[in-house]
Amino acid sequence: MIFCDIEKCLACRSCEIACAVAHSGSKNLMGALREETVPKQRIHVVAVDDKRSLTPTHAIALQCRHCHDAPCIEACITDCIQRDEKTGNIVIEHEECVGCWACIKVCPFGAIVRHKDLSIAVICDHCPDREMPACVEACRTHALVYCDREEIEIDYAEKLKLRKS
Amino acid sequence: MTEKNNNGSNNSEPQNKKKKVIETVWQRSQQQEPHCGFGELGLCCRVCFMGPCVIDPFGQGPQKGVCGATAEVIVARNFGRMIAGGAAAHSDHGRDVARTLLLAAKEPDSGYTIKDFNKLKKVAQVFEVATEERSKEEIAAEVAERALEDFGRQDGEISFVKQAPETRQALWRKLDIAPRGIDREIVELMHRTTMGVDQDHRNIMIHGARTALADGWGGSMTATELQDILFGTPSPIRGQVNLGVLSETDVNIMVHGHEPVLSEMLVLAAQDQELVELATSKGATGINLAGICCTANEILLRHGLPIAGNMLQQELAVTTGAVEAMIVDVQCIMPSLPEVSKHYHTKLITTSPKGRIEEAIHLAFTEMNAFQTAKDIVREAISNFPNRETVNIPKEKMDLVAGFSHEAINYMLGGSFRGSYTPLNDNVINGRIKGVAAVVGCCNPKVTMDQSHVDLVQELIANDILVVQTGCSAIACAKAGFLIPESAEKYAGKGLTEVCKAVGMPPVLHSGSCVDNSRILIALTERAPRRRCRSRMDE
Repeated sequence: MIFCDIEKCLACRSCEIACAVAHSGSKNLMGALREETVPKQRIHVVAVDDKRSLTPTHAIALQCRHCHDAPCIEACITDCIQRDEKTGNIVIEHEECVGCWACIKVCPFGAIVRHKDLSIAVICDHCPDREMPACVEACRTHALVYCDREEIEIDYAEKLKLRKS
Repeated sequence: MTEKNNNGSNNSEPQNKKKKVIETVWQRSQQQEPHCGFGELGLCCRVCFMGPCVIDPFGQGPQKGVCGATAEVIVARNFGRMIAGGAAAHSDHGRDVARTLLLAAKEPDSGYTIKDFNKLKKVAQVFEVATEERSKEEIAAEVAERALEDFGRQDGEISFVKQAPETRQALWRKLDIAPRGIDREIVELMHRTTMGVDQDHRNIMIHGARTALADGWGGSMTATELQDILFGTPSPIRGQVNLGVLSETDVNIMVHGHEPVLSEMLVLAAQDQELVELATSKGATGINLAGICCTANEILLRHGLPIAGNMLQQELAVTTGAVEAMIVDVQCIMPSLPEVSKHYHTKLITTSPKGRIEEAIHLAFTEMNAFQTAKDIVREAISNFPNRETVNIPKEKMDLVAGFSHEAINYMLGGSFRGSYTPLNDNVINGRIKGVAAVVGCCNPKVTMDQSHVDLVQELIANDILVVQTGCSAIACAKAGFLIPESAEKYAGKGLTEVCKAVGMPPVLHSGSCVDNSRILIALTERAPRRRCRSRMDE
């Protein structure tokens, strides 16, 4: 899974650029911008609201969480959204997607991206052809990490302990 | 080490890794990867405090900054500010040279003299200064004052614009981009690119062009022309390049930076009998003055002193353990030098009030105390010689011929009686040479060191295009062996080889430091009118 530490995210959006480039044909920034269908990023930096402050104090880089109980699978009218049994990730069969955007309506995170040019829905695929997802590699402050849920839970528990002491 | 700094002729591996791995530009470059895409594209605006703003180049995110600036405006603003920065650097260098010339003319005991009277007379013509029955000091003082006036000029045009080809001048006037004053254009560009001023990217870019002209035909040209008056106009001279020029037995003094105002004094100090004796008393065989970057180009062109390397080799020079002192002034000096020097006995000495580095020794240099400071610096270096530990100097070095000022090219092509660009133009007309190209600029750790310059130049000369170079690009090609006359047969096309053989010149001409790009401007201007003659003849 990809996790984002909101205390480290500076909202530079480098992950967004890296994501779009990784999902382009040419795999480099200058080339990607010249492609006929401009590639779309599947990660978005969004502001985290804090009630104590007038302006957002934190930002988070958000992408598909690959939910265990994923409402998008249920909502899909063509059954093109499926869970990959091997990786446990959610995948969209792009040939069958008709662009009804039902998945977008039900996604609790707003993490599904509309690829308007192709009229299909796209989501984070953890960059299957890369060792490390492009967004994690591009993160300048190491706010984005790629690890198992268990690892991040241990990390978080330790942090909490530190804070309490 | 990455593959980017491994390249046959460049021994750029940090030498003498005795204590630990020493961090150099290549490691730092790797740590910076991947570089921020917004920064690379110029789409990040930090001009005002409502931001910082970025524009999403892929069209999903924000398409306008908080103020409403579009991608085009933001890119033009950022680019404009880069032009202002670059033009300011060259021009401020030019200003210091003009002030030194004024000093040389007014203070006979300043240590600076007017070496090239012929050049002074030529430049006096440009500034419309009377030369008849006047002493060279009088002329020089007026030339320096006129040159300084160009910096603060408010209206009209800067003096060197007259040197440009007439068609160019007409075009600049038509577009209203003939530079009015050197400082004025830079200040105006900074103004236009602040929040809420110039909102038409085309208008920003056109003023960027005007500022660039104020640099090339103003600041840079002032620097080059007045330096020639003070220190002599370069003519072809033999030299050597690469880290192998460092000596195992001499006191190695490295000059690094851009302004020859100090390094010329160091050249004198290094030849001072008293100091040479002091060096021998410390166990050295002599004093070896070598350079990095454009200071190196300046002392090579005028004295034939060796070049240790270009910009990316500054840290590597220290890592040989053979450099007693590195003297720096302004531009292209890496802030990492004190950190690298810490591992060796090398003393890092800053000299310019404009450029100080924390942890470096600062010996303030002003034009008035120049020779004394230079001697102090050399003495400091000599006293450091006994502290040397293991020395590991790479063997690589290459011969070169440099010093092709436009005057030298003129002379070379026709001798003193019929010196002109006609032979070059004739050869272009008859097709032996297909053209002349200028390849200039810096090196970058993002790509294999020197490779981009070397590949480009090799391809150009193979296609019978004569190449004129300055700066670190020239040093890169020197290391590759392009700057010796023999290289014509090896790398150049048939037509260009014939011409090179007849004249006895290399196919790649080294014209000097970065500000000497103005030499290229003049050399190519000389070619232009003759080309027009030809087209008229054809008619």
